[in-house]
Amino acid sequence: MSFADIIHAARESRDYARLGQAIPYMDALGLSVEEQDGRVVLLLAAAELHVGNPWKQALHGGLIGAVLETAAIVQLILEPDVETLPKPINITVDYLRSGRVVPTRAVAEVTKLGRRVANVHARCWQDDEARPIATLSGHFLMT
Amino acid sequence: MNDSIFLDQLRVFLARPGNRSPHNNFLGLEIVHLEHARAVLRVPYDARLAGNATTGVLHGGVITTAIDSACGVSVITALGKRMGIATLDLRIDYLKPAQPGQAVTAAAHCYKVTRNICFVRAIAYHADRDDPIANCAASFMITSLEPAGPALDEAAP
Repeated sequence: MSFADIIHAARESRDYARLGQAIPYMDALGLSVEEQDGRVVLLLAAAELHVGNPWKQALHGGLIGAVLETAAIVQLILEPDVETLPKPINITVDYLRSGRVVPTRAVAEVTKLGRRVANVHARCWQDDEARPIATLSGHFLMT
Repeated sequence: MNDSIFLDQLRVFLARPGNRSPHNNFLGLEIVHLEHARAVLRVPYDARLAGNATTGVLHGGVITTAIDSACGVSVITALGKRMGIATLDLRIDYLKPAQPGQAVTAAAHCYKVTRNICFVRAIAYHADRDDPIANCAASFMITSLEPAGPALDEAAP
């Protein structure tokens, strides 16, 4: 299945299961896509291999950034007319709370979709969406 | 504490399996160099960690994780003492795609320490520091003067 086919399956049939074939890192981490209240949500399953600090059982900060970046990319490829995988230009991640080893969810919002560059904001949370553990703003190259 | 004694103790401490970060282990991230306020870490190439199956280019998240880890270790070597620290924010510019098949090195420099906050610059590159893949500015908060886990000079179990 080509990358374009995988994107079209996700966009038109809401079949997100094959995104991991296009983005192997998602499968390696246990990152999946679900729909919740009509929006696309990334879900990072709880796993010991996500721990950054072994004594505090806290999620690795780099991994939290990776989940947010992936949420932004997935949100972008669901936009109509996007045919290539967006490439990150820069990202800023703010860490608000320490992440525990529990399921972590992330959503992204495309703030501006230009022909060449998109601006995206994303946030992730654990038990309570009103208490995000980290947020991201980023620019992505769309060509 | 004398800086070189601290660095030697830290090397031994971080090499013990129980003190290693499970996620860094998962990525195969290794420390290659430590000195005062500086740390160099390396992550091997792994096709399973690609962000694009067609090109095989590593996901930006792998670079982010390598950089975050290197920044954190550079903060500890700058403090000269293990303390509880947490990433406050991280900005990364992706300057060019990583080359498939090549390890990525992240080099961090904690250039300023204050009572509460530490400031760090970092780059990621393959072989040539002057041709970086990514550039980073980060800040860390000192969350506790007494970190979780065993003392640095505690004998290995």
